[in-house]
Amino acid sequence: MSGADTRVLVVDDEEIVRESLGGWLQKDGYDVAAAPDGRSAVERMKGESWNVVLVDLKMPGMDGLQVLEEARRLQPDAAVIIMTAYATVDTAVTAMKLGAFDYLIKPFDPEELTLIMKKVVAQQTLLHENLVLRQALRKENRFRDLVSKSPSMQRVFELAQVAARSNSTILVLGESGTGKEVLARTIHAESPRAEGPFVAVSCAALTETLLESELFGHEKGAFTGAVARRKGKIEAAHGGTLFLDEVGDISPKLQLDLLRVLEERHFHRVGGNELIEVDVRVVAATNRDLEKAVAEGSFREDLYYRLNVIRVTLPPLRERKEDIPLLVEHFLERLGVELKRRVRVSPETMAALLGHAWPGNVRELRNVLERGAVVAQGELVKPADLGLEPASGGEPSGSSAGPSTLEDMERRHIAQVLAYASGNISQAARILGIDRVTLYNKMRKYQLKRDGEDAS
Amino acid sequence: MWWIGERHPGTRALEHVRMHLQRAFGAPAALWEGPERPSEAYDPGRKQWSSTRILAWLARSGPPGRVLGVTDVDLFIPILTFVFGEAQVGGRAAVVSTARLGEPGLRDDRVVLERLSKESVHEMGHVLGLLHCGTPGCVMGRSASVRDVDGKRGEPCAECRESLVRGRREAT
Repeated sequence: MSGADTRVLVVDDEEIVRESLGGWLQKDGYDVAAAPDGRSAVERMKGESWNVVLVDLKMPGMDGLQVLEEARRLQPDAAVIIMTAYATVDTAVTAMKLGAFDYLIKPFDPEELTLIMKKVVAQQTLLHENLVLRQALRKENRFRDLVSKSPSMQRVFELAQVAARSNSTILVLGESGTGKEVLARTIHAESPRAEGPFVAVSCAALTETLLESELFGHEKGAFTGAVARRKGKIEAAHGGTLFLDEVGDISPKLQLDLLRVLEERHFHRVGGNELIEVDVRVVAATNRDLEKAVAEGSFREDLYYRLNVIRVTLPPLRERKEDIPLLVEHFLERLGVELKRRVRVSPETMAALLGHAWPGNVRELRNVLERGAVVAQGELVKPADLGLEPASGGEPSGSSAGPSTLEDMERRHIAQVLAYASGNISQAARILGIDRVTLYNKMRKYQLKRDGEDAS
Repeated sequence: MWWIGERHPGTRALEHVRMHLQRAFGAPAALWEGPERPSEAYDPGRKQWSSTRILAWLARSGPPGRVLGVTDVDLFIPILTFVFGEAQVGGRAAVVSTARLGEPGLRDDRVVLERLSKESVHEMGHVLGLLHCGTPGCVMGRSASVRDVDGKRGEPCAECRESLVRGRREAT
């Protein structure tokens, strides 16, 4: 953004100031207009967009602080600079508290004015870039990873697109790795809340108390270790979308708390009395059978109905194998960019990819391809590079020499991978083709430590 | 070019500025003498001289053509503590002052003279229709301090020259 793209509104009741400041700014190439009082300034802010508003503090009628407040409401991105002849610390502090960009004491030092205008242009340029990037990201998100030509996925897209425009809670169902979070992000990006935050919480990764404080935040001293007040994810998602992953895993107490937030749209921080109102759109996801959980009594029926307003089910990859070539092409293109070299698969490799069952779904496919691309000699990924075949003839473990159960195999395999990854959970999860939360759950189930050693 | 200040800097100094103007714009410049001074531009409250009022006075009382008033009094515009000079963009008059071009301890008058020449070219650039320029070193760059002045060359950059030529062509 240059001077000519920067629109400046000068608000001052003294004509000589408007002319003198206007002239000074025009010589720098700014697009300048002036308003003689607060009222007409507000009118101009209603009709046109401004990057900078320079406003005199003391004016008859509506004063500078009132104009500042209106500007924050009408044009939140505009930088408001307060000008004052009588500088007191109080007014300066008030102005800054109300969101002024800066303030200047009349008459200004030429260097100070130049510096402030430079700062403003830099800030406005960043804001503008941010907007452009967000728009680009939104476009990108729309198609990223949700690559499909299968009719079942097309139905998902159509439903998600319609649902995105509403404010209703969406329940995304699907196996691990089918892209539940990706879909949630896309729904957010397509929704009227796209400019707001997208906040994701993985409900399975944390203990009940940690998840409670993660979601609701806490006041200072609410519990041991609460050394400062902390905003929760629900608060952070205000004006945007809250994505609750693995919602089927939350405890009965938190189920009730969550139900209250969904019903009443307000809550308390842990250890707090203040009622906090929030405007969030909830997208929840799980790979569990919630209906079964309700029948068994482990999931509240009322919460289930609150979440299950619009239900979107992502089919597993094995049920839409026609998408595999498309996904392979998409991921290879991205890998090529990341690795800064061309990556292709041989026809045999494609056949192997099509033949695999993909229990870890799209995520597993992506990870297998990443491994293949890294391991491959040259640009062509061969079937052996994928590491799809389970390592046969590995060291037999356990005392039993006979065939082992699937669970035993899984436990052993996870332990091996953890040891291979030297306890790096992200890497281990990537190799296994599952997400970190699932890996943590399995480690807990099998009582494995990070290095793959037995924890029991 | 018209000396309208208090302590005359000597004709040689003014000649130096005149040469700079001629070279920068490739157009003749002449010295003008007159005993009148813009006393109405003095602001007793600020104990400074209003450059805007001086411009109006120059446009009214100056010789025909474009006029640059050169002075040693301290100039201001209402919103700023001081200005080095001011000009009517695309108009007739400009004014520059040496009052803020020196600094305490500066002994060499030639430094002030160089700065004065650059600011004279700068203000006359405005009179000829130029706005501030972001090209590093261009004389049309905004100067808020003497450091800024020292960082500039005495002439307009290629882009500013081009727009001067364009302006001249459009005027004819």
